[in-house]
This record gives sequence, C-alpha cells and structure tokens, in this order.
Amino acid sequence: MTAHATVTGATGQPSAGRAYRLTDSTLRDGSHALAHRISPAQAAAIAGALDEAGVPVIEVSHGDGLGGSSFNYGFSSTDERELIRAVAGAVKRARIAVLLLPGIGVADDLKEAQALGASIARVATHCTEADIAIQHIQMARNLGMEAVGFLMMAHMIEPAALLEQARIMEGAGAQTVYVVDSAGAMTVHDARARVAELKAGLRPETQVGVHAHNNLSLAVANSLGALEEGVDQVDGCSRGLGAGAGNCPTEILVAVSERLGYVTGVDTLRAMDVAEAVVAPIMPREQIIDRSALTLGYAGVYSSFLLHAERAAERFGVDAREILLELGRRKVVGGQEDMIVDVALELSRRA
Amino acid sequence: MGNENNGRTPVAVVGSGNIGTDLAKKLVRSPSLVPVAVVGIDPASDGLRRARGWGIEASHDGVDWLLANVERLGVRIVYEATSARIHAANAARYEGAGLIAIDLTPAAVGPAVVPPVNLRAHLDAPNLNMITCGGQATIPIVAAVRRASPVPYAEIVSTVASRSAGPGTRANIDEFTEATARGLETIGGATHGKAIIVLNPAEPPILMRNTVYCAIPADADRGAIDASVRAMADEVAGYVPGYRIKELAFDDGPFQTPGGSAGARVSVFLEVAGNGDYLPRYAGNLDIMTASAVRVGETLAAERLSPAGSTIR
Repeated sequence: MTAHATVTGATGQPSAGRAYRLTDSTLRDGSHALAHRISPAQAAAIAGALDEAGVPVIEVSHGDGLGGSSFNYGFSSTDERELIRAVAGAVKRARIAVLLLPGIGVADDLKEAQALGASIARVATHCTEADIAIQHIQMARNLGMEAVGFLMMAHMIEPAALLEQARIMEGAGAQTVYVVDSAGAMTVHDARARVAELKAGLRPETQVGVHAHNNLSLAVANSLGALEEGVDQVDGCSRGLGAGAGNCPTEILVAVSERLGYVTGVDTLRAMDVAEAVVAPIMPREQIIDRSALTLGYAGVYSSFLLHAERAAERFGVDAREILLELGRRKVVGGQEDMIVDVALELSRRA
Repeated sequence: MGNENNGRTPVAVVGSGNIGTDLAKKLVRSPSLVPVAVVGIDPASDGLRRARGWGIEASHDGVDWLLANVERLGVRIVYEATSARIHAANAARYEGAGLIAIDLTPAAVGPAVVPPVNLRAHLDAPNLNMITCGGQATIPIVAAVRRASPVPYAEIVSTVASRSAGPGTRANIDEFTEATARGLETIGGATHGKAIIVLNPAEPPILMRNTVYCAIPADADRGAIDASVRAMADEVAGYVPGYRIKELAFDDGPFQTPGGSAGARVSVFLEVAGNGDYLPRYAGNLDIMTASAVRVGETLAAERLSPAGSTIR
C-alpha cells in the first residue's frame, strides 16, 4: 500500500497528468475465452465492480459482436440482450459499449442495444474494409450513440493504408478510430507507427484508440507505446480475459499508467481486486501464452480462432499450430472461423 | 418474332456494369435465349462496347430506349442488373410493357427464386428475384438437407474476395444478411435462418466459399442427408460449372440453437469458382448470380413462353 501512495508520478515521464479513456472489454472479448458462456449474474458482478473501480466504459456483447451467437462462432449461453440489461442495471457511472461487425450483426441489433442502455457503438471491420461500416456508423450517430470505428487485424497493412481506411470511418461519422491488433501480432514499433499515422492524419477532434492482444507478450508494451504516440483511448480486459492469450490486463494497464503519470480515473487497487476476486474465479483457465496462443501472434492469426483450432485439432487428430500456421498462410481474416474445420479436415487427410 | 433468332427467346439486359456484361456473355451461349439488347446510361461503358462486339444492340439511353424498342426487338424477358432503387422504379414499367423481369438486385419486388428449389412454383410471376449470391449458393443445400430431415436452424457463412464485392453490397451489407437469412427459411425450409458474410482482401483473390451448417436431430438419417446434398450440388453444378462440395461433415451436439436444442449438425463446405466470362474466375459470387439468372430465363422460355408463348406476339 505504501508503494501505491508514494511512487505515483515519480518516474518523471513527459506523460504527467495526461488523461486517456479506458474501455474494459472483459464482457465482450472475454466472451471468447469463456466460450460465450457468461450469465447475467456474472456480467452484473463484473460490470458493477469495474464501475466502482472507476472504469469509464464497459463493453458487453458476444465476442464476435451483436448477433455473433452462431454455429460459426459459438452460441451464447445467455442472449446478449439479457447481458446488456444486466450490465445496465449494475453500473452507476460507466457508459456501456457494444461491438458490431457488419456482415454478422445488423442495424436492428444496434437499435435494440441502444434501447437497452448502450450509448457507444464500436463498429468493426477488417482493416481494409472500412466502407462496409458506413451504414452502421451513420445509424449509430442517428441513434444518438457515440460511434467508434474498429479496424481489426491492423498489423496486415501499412500505416498509410490504415489511415485511408480510418478516414472512411471518420468521414462516416466515427468520433474515434481504433488500431486493433486482433492477432496480437504487432511489435511495439508496429503499434506506435500506426497510432502515430492516425494521430497525424485524422482530424484533430477525432480520437484514436488501441486494442492489444498478448500473444507475443506485448499487450501492455504496445498500449504504452501507443500512449507515447498520443493515443486517446486504450482497451483492457480484467485479468487479461480475452481471445488468444488475452488482452492488455486492465489492472496492469491502470497500475503502470499511474506509475507513469497518466490519468485514467480508475482506482488501481480496486482494479486489482476486480481481476482477482471477481473475474479470476469464473475463468476456466488463466490467460497464458502457451504454444498455440504464441502461434497466433507469430503467424498473425485472429486471436478468437484459438479455442476453435484447439477443438478442431482434437476432433481431427492434427496439431493446432499446423492449423493456425496454414490459416496464416492463407491470409484468413476475422470471421472466417469456418475455415478452421475446413483446414483441419484437409490436414487430417494429408497426414 | 424473326427467324434470325432460331426459335430462341429474345431477352434484354438492363445495366452494363460487371454483372450485366457477364450475364450478356453467358446469354450469347444460351441454346434457348438470345440477348437482343443491352442498355446502360454511360456512353463510355466497356460493357456496351463489348455487347456490340458480340453482335448485340447496345444503347446508353437506358430503359426509355429499351421500352421504345421492345416491339421491334421482340423482347420477352428483361434482366435487371442495376440497383435495388432503380429496379423498384423500373418494375412497373416492365410489367406494363408485358415483359417478364428477372431481377438481380436486392429490390425483391417479386418472389425470390432458387432454380432447383422453388422456381417451378413461380413460373407465372411477372417479376422474379434472384436474392443474393450467398442465397443462390447455400439455399439449395439447406433444401437438400430438409428433404431428408427436419432443419430447426440453418446458418450460412459466405466469404468472398473483397474485389468482387461491389459498391452496392458494401453500402448496404445488411440487405445481404437479411435477404439470405429469409431465403434459408422461406425457400430452404429451415425453421430459423442466419446468414453471415465475410470479405477477404487476400491477393491473389480467394474463390467464393460458403459454409452451410444445418441443425438436425441426433437420429437423422445421415446417409440420406449426404446423398440428398450431393445430388443437389450436382444439380447446381449443371448450371454453375464451378460449384462444388469441398467437405461434408457430421458432428454431435447438443447445440443450443435459435431453433431449439439440436442433437447433431451437418456442415457442408462449398467452393464456387467463376466461369471467367467477363468477370475473373475468383468472382464465383457474381458468376453464380448470372448463371442462376440465365437458368431462370431458360426455364421460363421452355415452360412459359414456348411453344404457346412464341406465337403470342
């Protein structure tokens, strides 16, 4: 406790006093790690605890966004609308965000989420396909929601190309555009370069965010690199609960931010308590970087493929890493979970 | 009707973009249809230039020109390859001119048709809609499973090359997911349907892929489902040569689907290569639309317009 009180801002970083907005995605990205089995009571407990810790934005949806409950991505054990309702009933200050992937969810899903209490729409596309989000970004703004563009698998294209796509989302009305390292494949240099490009090229009033995965053990480092480039919003997940090796752990991000002098409004010790006392007990396994998760980052494969690949590996008697490496070679993008069984079947025939 | 058509039914194509031009090229080969006009609105259109090269009259004066020349050309069927908005405006004019419309846009003015599944039920309709590329690829498979088993829930994932997804699809991707899901239910026979579309920008571009998942009872006759699905795929391949089943697998649940708990699931992985007519071979998603539309026209020509039909005008 003493350290908590005495080292704040003591490192002399130029960040002193700069604020950024933290979005906790435990109840959305964490859905992948829980195979989309979150109960309303669990959602309420997690959201309530994050809210008390001062987390300003809480995202809740199926892992693949609104409408993601499916054979392809896994069925939700509880309708996500029930989860949004539970979160809305549990928070006092935090705003509720939802994710929508055009092509999976539809505009009506967004309307329902807004009616249930969501006020931030995060509209996600593969990093080269921003124009399929225009319809939904406009719809979000028309509903009075804050609109965030979410450019996934952003490691796959160069910073200048990413900026072009970010401008499409900005032009549609997105107030923030995120650099999303869905594969956890970025190095610190990669993350910094993309954030710097967007910060320099988008309008001054447009915010930039970063969403990191920990497959190469760089989620916190990439988030800090993004902060040094002036990123305005950062995603975390409590205890890292998320796809692949998990996300940037909210409690670590908050602790390190405090040490560096960034202002998040989140109480560091409470954030630790949420992770250990509320989230850890419902986790089927801790977020570790095992060989399959490491392969995601190494091969540049969408993090939520992890559990699907492990299940297919077992079903067809092949190595999960071989499946993931082949998916990487084929430049498969987020949403193509059906390719996992297809590739596993092919590999099992070859064997 | 002139003898120069050798008994083939004269048809017109409205829209001289990628789809209209690919369609015109396929129609040139048809044994029972003959494209007598392609109309667009852009004098510089490559599609109009190509059509003339294939010996088809082409005009950039749009639908007004077509309707003024229907009698002279003997047109019986018009293919709409523009946009939903334009077709909504044109549909009544076509019907007024006595033309049967085959609509390749999402306008859905007329009943949705999938040639091997429900076309015969709508042969008298003045306007037929081709739904979506994903629908043409996957609804036959759902219907084939349904012939052999109840399907409380069907879900499809269509993955197409980014380059083959045109501005219309991109601007309103919900139209794809909603129209396809509806078709899985109303035409495929699933109690509940869900459709997903994914765009993949890989270079070289990927072929169109479709995965069809059907929830089935644990005790469903898997041999009968397998045989029914393979027979249906052969039937589709009869008019879309690049259509094939890549994999077919059964697995056991239970699965908690929107159609209730299901004991098992059949997954069918399909690949659709284009014919490389005007569109590149990877664009199987566009090819299956034009090839299916030709099939609809040929069926109409055989069953509705001939032999009685050919003597009316």
